[in-house]
Amino acid sequence: MAYVTVKGGEQAIDNAHAWLAEERRGDPAVPDVSLAQIEGQLGRAVDRAMGEGSLYDRELAALAVKQAQGDLIEAAFLLRAYRTTLPRFAHSLPIDTTAMLIKRRISAVFKDLPGGQVLGPTYDYTHRLLDFELADGADHVGARRGTADGAAMPRVPDILGHEGLIEPDGDGEAEPGDLTREPLAFPATRDVRLQALARGDEGFLLALGYSTQRGYGGTHPFAGEIRMGEVSVEIEPPELGFAIDIGDITVTECQMVNQFKGSKTTPPQFTRGYGLVFGFSERKAMAMALVDRAMRAEELGEEVTAPAQNVEFVLYHSDNIEATGFVEHLKLPHYVDFQSELQNVRRMQQEVARAMEPAGVGAIDVAPSPLNPLPQGEGESARQGVVSP
Amino acid sequence: MSDETLLSARGLSLSFGALHALADVDVDLWPGEMLAVVGESGSGKTTLLNVLSGRMAPDGGAVWYRDPDGHLHDVHAMPAPALRTLHRSDWGFVHQDPRQNLRMNVTAGGNVGERLMAQGARHYGDIRAQAIDWLNQVEIDADRVDDMPRTFSGGMLQRLQIARTLVTHPRLVFMDEPTGALDVSVQARLLDLIRTLVTRLQIAAVLVTHDIGVARLLAHRIMVMQRGRVVETGLTDQVLDDPQHPYTQLLVSSVLQA
Amino acid sequence: MKGYNFAYLDEQTKRMIRRALLKAVAIPGHQVPFGSREMPLPYGWGTGGIQVTASVLGSGDVLKVIDQGADDTTNAVSIRRFFARTAGVQTTTYTADATVIQTRHRIPEKTLRDDQIIVYQVPQPEPLFRLEPSRIETRRMHSLADYGLMHVKLYEDIARFGQISISYDYPVMVNHRYLMSPSPIPAFDNPKMHLMPALQLFGAGREKRIYAIPPWTEVQSLDFNDHPFRPIRAPHPCGLCGATDSYLDEVVIDDRGGRLFVCSDTDHCAERRAAGHVGSEGMKEAAE
Repeated sequence: MAYVTVKGGEQAIDNAHAWLAEERRGDPAVPDVSLAQIEGQLGRAVDRAMGEGSLYDRELAALAVKQAQGDLIEAAFLLRAYRTTLPRFAHSLPIDTTAMLIKRRISAVFKDLPGGQVLGPTYDYTHRLLDFELADGADHVGARRGTADGAAMPRVPDILGHEGLIEPDGDGEAEPGDLTREPLAFPATRDVRLQALARGDEGFLLALGYSTQRGYGGTHPFAGEIRMGEVSVEIEPPELGFAIDIGDITVTECQMVNQFKGSKTTPPQFTRGYGLVFGFSERKAMAMALVDRAMRAEELGEEVTAPAQNVEFVLYHSDNIEATGFVEHLKLPHYVDFQSELQNVRRMQQEVARAMEPAGVGAIDVAPSPLNPLPQGEGESARQGVVSP
Repeated sequence: MSDETLLSARGLSLSFGALHALADVDVDLWPGEMLAVVGESGSGKTTLLNVLSGRMAPDGGAVWYRDPDGHLHDVHAMPAPALRTLHRSDWGFVHQDPRQNLRMNVTAGGNVGERLMAQGARHYGDIRAQAIDWLNQVEIDADRVDDMPRTFSGGMLQRLQIARTLVTHPRLVFMDEPTGALDVSVQARLLDLIRTLVTRLQIAAVLVTHDIGVARLLAHRIMVMQRGRVVETGLTDQVLDDPQHPYTQLLVSSVLQA
Repeated sequence: MKGYNFAYLDEQTKRMIRRALLKAVAIPGHQVPFGSREMPLPYGWGTGGIQVTASVLGSGDVLKVIDQGADDTTNAVSIRRFFARTAGVQTTTYTADATVIQTRHRIPEKTLRDDQIIVYQVPQPEPLFRLEPSRIETRRMHSLADYGLMHVKLYEDIARFGQISISYDYPVMVNHRYLMSPSPIPAFDNPKMHLMPALQLFGAGREKRIYAIPPWTEVQSLDFNDHPFRPIRAPHPCGLCGATDSYLDEVVIDDRGGRLFVCSDTDHCAERRAAGHVGSEGMKEAAE
């Protein structure tokens, strides 16, 4: 039967989309999961989608998680693409984490400190035993509520800073860069590095942070403070001339305290690593702080030897939307290039065979076939399959 | 500055915090001569080499180079592309560790041919022939031309580095302890090779070494450094046979008599 | 499409991209960084090409989109639909009728005209990336025209294989100054870039780089005088139209090693068949 050229890509795509919609919905007899359920009961998934999607909107994130069937990188991708279409009305003032409505605040460097150690809704001390009562939707005893005593909760690095024991923080005067508008350029300043980490893949940062603890560019970190809670977002419209509160967001902030070996010109001080993420995302905030500090190696006069210290390596590979796009693009047809490689290899095999041919005997090792036709006899171009364009 | 010098420096100083790596150093180098810079570790000799070759900027002082047309260039005021071109043609730098200046995943021939290609050579056969010629000159077997440097011994790697550096017939070569990483039996052969090549090709060189014996064997003139300063300078034999400065006397007397 | 600007991108973004394009055209072959936006298609799937096309497209344009030389591969279909929805422009499969052609991995066989623009999708804009992964390093090499690393690689190929082994994404020197990746087109297509009358634009969305070759620019594939560049092509005529000078796809027919070679450029092949050219498969069909 004669060969019929393949057609119908359009139809195939439509069919694929229809099937996907069915898969996403699942068994129609089972209730459709609501956005409120996702937002309320799968909060950590929503937080991650917001963080890596670079967009704080719990409802939209819940929708993205639903549309992506729980694939959080896919959900972040949906949010990123949506974000591109949104107009920008204003830039907020920097959020003030010292004014945070604290839900959780712990420090590993002091046994006790002003404001105390507030555990918050943490998994830390749970025993990882599957709770089958959850399967039945059992009611749980509510947590006891106390009243906030309004105690001051100074940040640990500020406590250390009063004694000059920790390097000073930036003055916050310079205009920060914006990776969503400008391409990454090197040398990358710390503001841009932190932005990349905040949007970066949690797994990648976790692995890199872990590697620093195991000796690949270690920084002797201590968790100076981790705090999670609500902060207000403020803008200052030029028409008003003062700041107004436009809403609250939940963030997790981690400040690592790292040992610094003093140089010939600077007395020893602790150094900083910083992590800040949307939502209740402690693992990522901590990993971010470890990697932030590792990337400052060159600036702090340390030898750059480890992957986490290689700024170019970290920043180019931290974005999982870029990573997944490129990794998965290998699924796209590449047969045109493969064809060139095939012909190249076939040609080189023929050359090798010709070179190995015993003088005067004429036998060629490579078996003739449609793939390796014997020279037709006429001219170089027929043999090499080249025709001048 | 004398009319005839190839390279000159005046008043070089460089500090790292409280440490004075270089203090008020002057250097003169004439075409075709080898100047040895000797001193113990920490004397500043490697720092001096890096400043003279433009790899490190001094806090004070200047370095001038006279090009083949006789024009003087301030090495630290040159634009980066010009300095880079200089390093790939008229100048050479031989590192103590040859791996720093070789591509370990490129064949010996490719390593030697690279500077030729960087200068525009486009005939594979010619490039390969020149590479083979140079391998012969540095006493590496020509049929190693397609071998990877990781299969070479330390001495061979150093000779390959030299071939790679000299292939463009530089007028000035900086050498940082070229035999420092080699064992004694191999050193002698390499020193002999360096002396032969440098003399035949009339290359000027600044050679940093802690080994007085190397200086005596190779250099016309010698400069002795201690804690960033030049304490004595002059013709090699004169300085080594009749050292004036106490530090030089100490260096000379501490060489084990063979 | 309701709620979206013409061709999806907002006008500010298009302006930013056009400024980058102008810079790129002014410095042929030089990679210009640009603020690539997150698009509804994944990185690696043509977001750079799409952003470039979106920035140069006007309502009167006629758009052709091909992937591997064909109009109906799934990704080409997806991208063409995207522009049909967001720009409402006329689309075509005829190369001759298109004013803008977005392509992945091929240059059409038909010589392009000076009133056409071809937009290439580029996965990896840096021609030196396999030899030097650091962009800081390669940027320095480009600024100093220090391409020794690439020449050494070609030398090594000849020393090892007796010939240069690159068969696609074959590096080119543009306007005698910049080393450039032509995108992963087969080496066979490289000669078409030289002195092309059309404007050639290149978009790499994930890597955030744009570059360009203005019309009638010299584009030379790297080689040695005694080992000149040779385009690679399967040594067969097209089974459908008989062409002996077009790039071919290899189709596996059966499990006994049976193969059929057909033009990769579907428009070119269809045009030849419409004009009466017949290949061996066509003759078989006639005989049946």
